[in-house]
Amino acid sequence: MKVFVPRDAAAIAVGAERVAQALSRVAAEKGIDLTLVRTSSRGLFWLEPLVEVETPQGRIGYGPATVADAEGILDGGAAAIALGLVEEIPFLKRQNRLTFARAGITDPLSLADYRAHGGYKGLERALSLGGAGTVDEVKRSGLRGRGGAGFPTGIKWDTVARAASPRKYIVCNADEGDSGTFADRMVMEGDPFLLIEGMTIAGAATGATKGFVYIRSEYPHGIAAMEQAIATARQERLLGADILGSGVSFDLEVRVGAGAYVCGEETALLESIEGKRGQVRAKPPIPALRGLFGQPTMINNTLSFAAIPFILAEGAQAYADFGMGRSRGTMPVQIAGNVKHGGLFETGFGITLGELVEDIGGGTATGRPLRAVQAGGPLGAYFPPSLFGTPYDYEAFTAAGGLVGHGGLVLFDDTVDMARMARFAMEFCALESCGKCTPCRIGSTRGTEVIDRIIADRDRAANITVLRDLCETLKFGSLCALGGFTPYPVMSALTYFPEDFGATPLPLAAE
Amino acid sequence: MHAYRAWDPARAEEIMGPLLALEGPLLPILHALQGEFGHVPEAAVPMVAARLNLTRAEVHGVVSFYHDFRAAPAGRHVLRVCQAEACQSMGATRQFADLLAQLGLDAGGTTPDGRLTVEPIYCLGLCATAPAALLDGEPHGRLDAGRLSELAAAA
Ligand SMILES: Cc1cc2nc3c(=O)[nH]c(=O)nc-3n(C[C@H](O)[C@H](O)[C@H](O)COP(=O)(O)O)c2cc1C
Ligand code: SF4
Ligand code: FES
Repeated sequence: MKVFVPRDAAAIAVGAERVAQALSRVAAEKGIDLTLVRTSSRGLFWLEPLVEVETPQGRIGYGPATVADAEGILDGGAAAIALGLVEEIPFLKRQNRLTFARAGITDPLSLADYRAHGGYKGLERALSLGGAGTVDEVKRSGLRGRGGAGFPTGIKWDTVARAASPRKYIVCNADEGDSGTFADRMVMEGDPFLLIEGMTIAGAATGATKGFVYIRSEYPHGIAAMEQAIATARQERLLGADILGSGVSFDLEVRVGAGAYVCGEETALLESIEGKRGQVRAKPPIPALRGLFGQPTMINNTLSFAAIPFILAEGAQAYADFGMGRSRGTMPVQIAGNVKHGGLFETGFGITLGELVEDIGGGTATGRPLRAVQAGGPLGAYFPPSLFGTPYDYEAFTAAGGLVGHGGLVLFDDTVDMARMARFAMEFCALESCGKCTPCRIGSTRGTEVIDRIIADRDRAANITVLRDLCETLKFGSLCALGGFTPYPVMSALTYFPEDFGATPLPLAAE
Repeated sequence: MHAYRAWDPARAEEIMGPLLALEGPLLPILHALQGEFGHVPEAAVPMVAARLNLTRAEVHGVVSFYHDFRAAPAGRHVLRVCQAEACQSMGATRQFADLLAQLGLDAGGTTPDGRLTVEPIYCLGLCATAPAALLDGEPHGRLDAGRLSELAAAA
C-alpha cells in the first residue's frame, strides 16, 4: 500500500509529522506493507494534513487528518474525512498548474522523481537553443517579475546577457517577506530542483557562472531543502563544471537573511549578501549592469525563475496562451488569512478578485461577512467588496490603486478594525525602514501617532489632513517602495472604511 | 532547544576559519557565531573586524541592523509568534498580548528562570494555516489562545 503525506512546513505545522508516524505505527501493528512517501503539499492548506492513498483510479485523499484517523485511512474507513480523487477537488481542478505541476505529487528531494515528471527538459532545450535563443524565448513568454514590480523578465535577462564582464551573477530573491505569501517557500521546500533548473538556465543564457539563493531565516525548512537539493545536483553534475556536457559552468550557494524585511528589496539584498547593512542603493546603476560586487547581476524572484523551465520545455507560446492583456501566463495566487479554503491557486491572469476570494476561497474561515482583502502584501491596498470585480491583472490592479505584487491575498472578516490595520502599516514601515530616507524613517513613526489621534477623535479633520500630507511625502520622498507604498494600505483603509476612524462620519470624499 | 557554548575566542576563530573564503562572508560568520554562542558577543566584533579588514564600527553596524542578531543569549527555548497581517486576521494580536500578560513578559522578553523567550516575528509563510508560530524552529499553525499557552508551557 502506497501512502503520501506532505513534508511541507505548513502541513507539519498542523500535525503532518504525527500523522505520518501514526500511519507507520498502525501499519506495523496490522502487518500492512506500507510505502510511505513524503511529498510536497498540494497547497490545499485547509485540508492539511492531507493524506493520499494510491489506487488504480488515482490518489484518494483524506483530510484534515489526525492521528486518530490513521487506522481508518489504512483500512478504507475514515469516511468523515474522505475526499475522493484528489485531482477532482474543485479547488485543484480549476487551476492551471504550470509552475506547480509537481506540487503534492513528487518527493521534493528525489532528483529521479523530478526528472520522471519532466524535470530538466527546460535546461536541455535551453542548451540547444543557446543564450540568445533562450533570452528570446523568455521575452516571448511575456513573463513579468513575480517579486512585486512586474518588470518584464526577458528584458532584464537581455541586459545581463549583453553586459560585457568576465564575472556575472544570478541571484534568487527568496526573501518572501510579504504577509499572505508562501509560494516561494512551497517551491523551495516542495520542488527545489525546479528553482535550481530555472537559475541554471538563467546562468547558461547570460554567461553567469555563480548564483546565490537568498532565503529568509524565517524559513528553516526551505533552507534545509535547498541546501540538500543543491548538494544532490552538484553530485549528479547538474551544478558545477560542464553541465550536461554543454561546456556551461554554474554553481549555487544558499545565503540566509537575518530578519530584515527591506532586504527583499533587490539592492538591499545585494548589500546584505556583500555583508553590509541592508540599505537600499540609489538607481542607476541598475543591478543588471552593476549589481553584486559591482558585477552584472540578474536578480529575480523565486517564482520568476520557477516559471522558466516550463517556458523553455513547452515553448514561450504555451505559457503566453494563459493570461490577459499585458499580464501573460499564470500567477500562483496565495489565498490566506481569515479564509475558509486557504491555499495556493495557480491560474491565468484575468480572473476577478471576487472569484478568487469568494468562489475559490469560500469566504471567511469564521463564517462572518468578508469585509476587506489586502492584496500584494504589507505595501498593498485594502480592497472593499465593492472592488471585487477587479480583474487579477497588473494594470487593472494598479488602476484600482492596488498591487498584484507577489500574489498574496489576505482576507479579513467584519471584526477587523481598519484603523488598526492602517496604524500597523505605518508601524511596520517604521520597524523595517532601512533608515536612508527621512520620510520613511521618521514619517512612519509620525504616521502611527497621527492615526492614534484620529482614532481618539482629537482634531480629526486636521489630523486627517496631516495624514494625507504625510502619505504624499512618503509617496514622493522615498527611494524604495517600503516608504513609497506604505501610503496604499493606509489611504485605502481610510478611504473605504472611514467609519473605523472615529465615531462621527468623516468629511471625506472617495479619492 | 539549543545548548549554547559560553564565549570562547579560540572556538570563534575555528568557526570563522572555513567561512573566510566565501564571497561576502560577514553574514554567514555572524549566523555561525550566533548558532554556537546563542548571540553575537561584543567580544566577537573586534575579532571579526580584524579578520575581514573592516572597522569595528562597520561590523557593529551590521550586527545591530538585523533583527535576528542578539546582543545577549535568548532563553533555552524561543517562541516566535507571528504578528503579521494574515495572522492578525485570525486573532494573533490578542493571543500574543494575552500570552505575554500571562507570562508577565514584554515582547522579546525572557522568563526569569531563563526557560523561554517570547518574541514577535513577521510572517512564517504559514499564512493559510494562521495564526502561526515557531517554537525552537518547529512550525505550529491554526493556533488559538489555548494552544499557544500550551506551546509556551510545553517548552
Ligand atoms: C521593501 C521591499 C521588499 C521587497 N521584498 C521582496 C521579496 O521578498 N521578494 C522579491 O522577490 N521581491 C521583493 N521586492 C521586489 C524586489 O526589489 C525586486 O523587484 C524583485 O526581486 C525583482 O525580481 P522579479 O523581477 O523577478 O520580480 C521587494 C521590494 C521592496 C521595495
Ligand atoms: S523608503 Fe525607507 S526602506 Fe526604502 S530606501 Fe528609503 S528609508 Fe530605506
Ligand atoms: S502572516 Fe503569519 S505566517 Fe504569514
